[in-house]
Amino acid sequence: MKYQPVIGLEVHVQLLTDTKIFCGCSTKFGSEPNSQTCPVCLGLPGALPVLNKKVVEFAIKAGLSTNCSITPRSIFARKNYFYPDLPKGYQISQFEDPICQRGWLDIKVDEQDMKRIGITRIHMEEDAGKLVHGESSGPGDGSGVDLNRACTPLLEVVSEPDLRSSDEAVVYLKQLHQIVTWLGICDGNMEEGSFRCDANISVMPVGSSMLGTRAEIKNVNSFKFVKQAIEYEIQRQIDLIEDGGTVVQETRLFDPNSGTTRSMRSKEEAHDYRYFPDPDLVPLVISDEWVERSRQELPELPEQRQHRFMVELGLPPYDAEVLTASRALADYFEAGVAAGGSAKLVSNWTMGEITRALNDSGTSIEASPVTPQQLADLLKLIDNGTISGKIAKTVFDEMWRSGKAPQAIVEEQGLVQVSDSGAIEGLIDEIMAANAGQVEEFRGGKEKVFGFFVGQVMKASKGKANPAVVNELLLSKLKG
Amino acid sequence: MNIIDMTIHELHTALQGKQLSSVEATKAMLARIEAVEPQVGSFITVTPEQALADAASADIRIAAGKMDVLTGIPVALKDIFLTEGIRTTCGSRILDNFIPPYSATSYEKLKERGAVLLGKLNQDEFAMGSSNESSAYGITRNPWDLTRIPGGSSGGSAAAVAAHEAIATLGTDTGGSIRQPASHCGCVGLKPTYGRVSRYGVIAYASSLDQVGPLTRDVTDCAIMLSAIAGYDPKDSTSVDTPVPDYTASLTQGVKGLKIGLPKEYFIAGLDPDVQRTMDAAIETYRRLGAEFVDISLPHTDYAVATYYLIATAEASSNLARYDGVRFGHRADADGLLGMYSKSRSEGFGAEVKRRIMLGTYALSSGYYDAYYVKAQKVRTLIMNDFTQAFADVDVMLTPVAPTPAFKIGEKVNDPLQMYLSDIFTIPVNLAGTCALSLPAGFSNSGLPIGLQLIGKPFGEETLLRAGYAFEQATEWHSRKATI
Repeated sequence: MKYQPVIGLEVHVQLLTDTKIFCGCSTKFGSEPNSQTCPVCLGLPGALPVLNKKVVEFAIKAGLSTNCSITPRSIFARKNYFYPDLPKGYQISQFEDPICQRGWLDIKVDEQDMKRIGITRIHMEEDAGKLVHGESSGPGDGSGVDLNRACTPLLEVVSEPDLRSSDEAVVYLKQLHQIVTWLGICDGNMEEGSFRCDANISVMPVGSSMLGTRAEIKNVNSFKFVKQAIEYEIQRQIDLIEDGGTVVQETRLFDPNSGTTRSMRSKEEAHDYRYFPDPDLVPLVISDEWVERSRQELPELPEQRQHRFMVELGLPPYDAEVLTASRALADYFEAGVAAGGSAKLVSNWTMGEITRALNDSGTSIEASPVTPQQLADLLKLIDNGTISGKIAKTVFDEMWRSGKAPQAIVEEQGLVQVSDSGAIEGLIDEIMAANAGQVEEFRGGKEKVFGFFVGQVMKASKGKANPAVVNELLLSKLKG
Repeated sequence: MNIIDMTIHELHTALQGKQLSSVEATKAMLARIEAVEPQVGSFITVTPEQALADAASADIRIAAGKMDVLTGIPVALKDIFLTEGIRTTCGSRILDNFIPPYSATSYEKLKERGAVLLGKLNQDEFAMGSSNESSAYGITRNPWDLTRIPGGSSGGSAAAVAAHEAIATLGTDTGGSIRQPASHCGCVGLKPTYGRVSRYGVIAYASSLDQVGPLTRDVTDCAIMLSAIAGYDPKDSTSVDTPVPDYTASLTQGVKGLKIGLPKEYFIAGLDPDVQRTMDAAIETYRRLGAEFVDISLPHTDYAVATYYLIATAEASSNLARYDGVRFGHRADADGLLGMYSKSRSEGFGAEVKRRIMLGTYALSSGYYDAYYVKAQKVRTLIMNDFTQAFADVDVMLTPVAPTPAFKIGEKVNDPLQMYLSDIFTIPVNLAGTCALSLPAGFSNSGLPIGLQLIGKPFGEETLLRAGYAFEQATEWHSRKATI
């Protein structure tokens, strides 16, 4: 039998606010354990949460960018369970009436087809702390609790079970990742857990409309692992059914070392979280004006920008997609165009030389030693015939190294292209005289020798001769 | 006049006139505490050093002419208020070793005005009780009759005022926990409107019902205390940002033309005859003062106690989850995490607290949530609507505070349901979120104080205090002293 996988993703997005969601403590990563805590995030008796407005603004932005409706009156709820990293014995989250509801993302499943993936909800919640085991946990042989991360703001983005393969899941996840980093609300760092994912997976016979029993896979923290985990889990479930077994509803943990999933807890062992509205927080009322203001403040999103790059700047779809991989890259490209570079040339160079140099040196685009203005200046030198494309690459390497302006490098190193026909004719004459045999061959019909002459002239000019002028003069002289 | 018998405004006048110093007043209070504590048991922790230090700085402030009405006044707080550096137990063994690193907003406000802290007062464990018998730190006895309970859960706060161990105190009221002990101990107690006073730094029992309020010798003191502690607090999202009037300013305006509602559901057959007689007399007094009476109805009153014990316990079950032995409080030695949790909590919590955690956990559990918690919230809305509708016709309501005077120690300990019913007239006010005042209104034949309850509109504390003041001026109940 053939099986159809059905996948839904729950993505936790850690927000880039300076302070925590319900208190004024810093959200900085990697500080001394428990140094960024206060009565509120320690869950001390009597402490009360106060909502960080920035978190709401970020949530609205995420919602608007994923076509959600913004709930006019949303509610915080307590999710009750005991764990040492959860100071209050409950997590403040949202349950009924989350801030964003009923959105979607259109993902590209292949060259031609788009597919709409529903987003059930986006809600705000606080993160838990961390358990520290072993030596760093302090005196004794017990475990320690570091509550620096407790109360850090998260968004949870829950998709509909609309994904049908591991590839679709990865495309969806990458697109969501692109949006939240593009909005500047998340740093997108998956290793540090700023963007993490749980996957709900089931399989059903192809053609069936009855969904199979699902398993929830936790702890999949890279695009590669998402693909691996989903594929493993699909196969595990198919094998189980084929062998006459049944899939049980459970939570499973992905092990990145083995690429497999293993059972964490069954449905029977699942927590009853006893959600109820948090009486310490009043309902969050978001006016239409607030939503509109946020909509005005939204940056142009990747999809819109791609479209504009194609329509206004005439870029091919491939270029538009590559250049909008991140907001910084797109900004770089546009700044180059604004500085006077021709769009296609800036695009080629941004995707080519710039990207290569960034990768080689491990530099981010924001820190590129060659500014968009400098790149545009370089490309203008090609455009106006001052240097050839080939020389430009040499100039670029020097710009990258020294940060100098391209004009200065060209002048210092005497790299100006020679277009003066007199000078080039002189070189051609010398070379023809020194290679009389090859001249005869050409004139005898062996036109391939032409390339040899071009090469010789360019070499004699140290690459500076204008290739177009060389071609033209050489042809007329050889034909004599 | 004896220092220990003074009200805030009397002592303030004496301090201002330099007839005595705050240190002298504080020493007198500490001596009184030492003398009567063995019999009464109002305090969990007495803080003489803190008190004398506070008093010394108050005297400096008084000498510098920067005096507030509360400067140098010895007060005490229910042990539910966090006090930085001073043990705060909430009446529970689980917090026996808890020294808070910060203070409640209401305590901060009293400190700013220069009040003197005498200590932390006994209470029912986590404010769960109506008799102070659920405290892990021993019972508190009613100063009017040491064989009886003082009421609860702010029993220590009421007993300390009645036994003249503190000039004024703060308590909290979740279902009557200020008003019922005030009534039983013959003092004035106010439960302000929900959101009027910050809950920050007050250990939570039921967050949507808890409210901080004063217990005092008279209405003027009550107005002084409320003026000090009321107001918006950016640290408490449920506190309300409305201006705080000077509650003492309008006290003398009288009750002529005031419309007082008598909800028929509160004057049930079988009401204790002493209570009934006291209410009748109070109505007569107000009538004489020019108030008008209107018969009204709060039709959902019968459901209030059941509603309260679902909502309050549900919230409590979650609020008390943080006492897990991990970061503070009692931690039992046990193998493994689960063992540590259950042993710490088993040892740390008393029977009534456990009972309410279990009730609340049950009410929130999957499969029961709609039938219990959600249903209770709907009934709560109906009860709120009852009050809104009734207040369209009246300015305040007059009712008994409790169905009986103070009962005997041990009388209801083994009958939780009977215990719960002692809050039948106070609970609806918390569910409605409005304010109410408990006022000395008479005595039973056996000499036990009986209070009357005035219920006000939301943020109608000024009207309540004005009506209370008029009654107090016309009667002498508040000036009687317990014989201890």
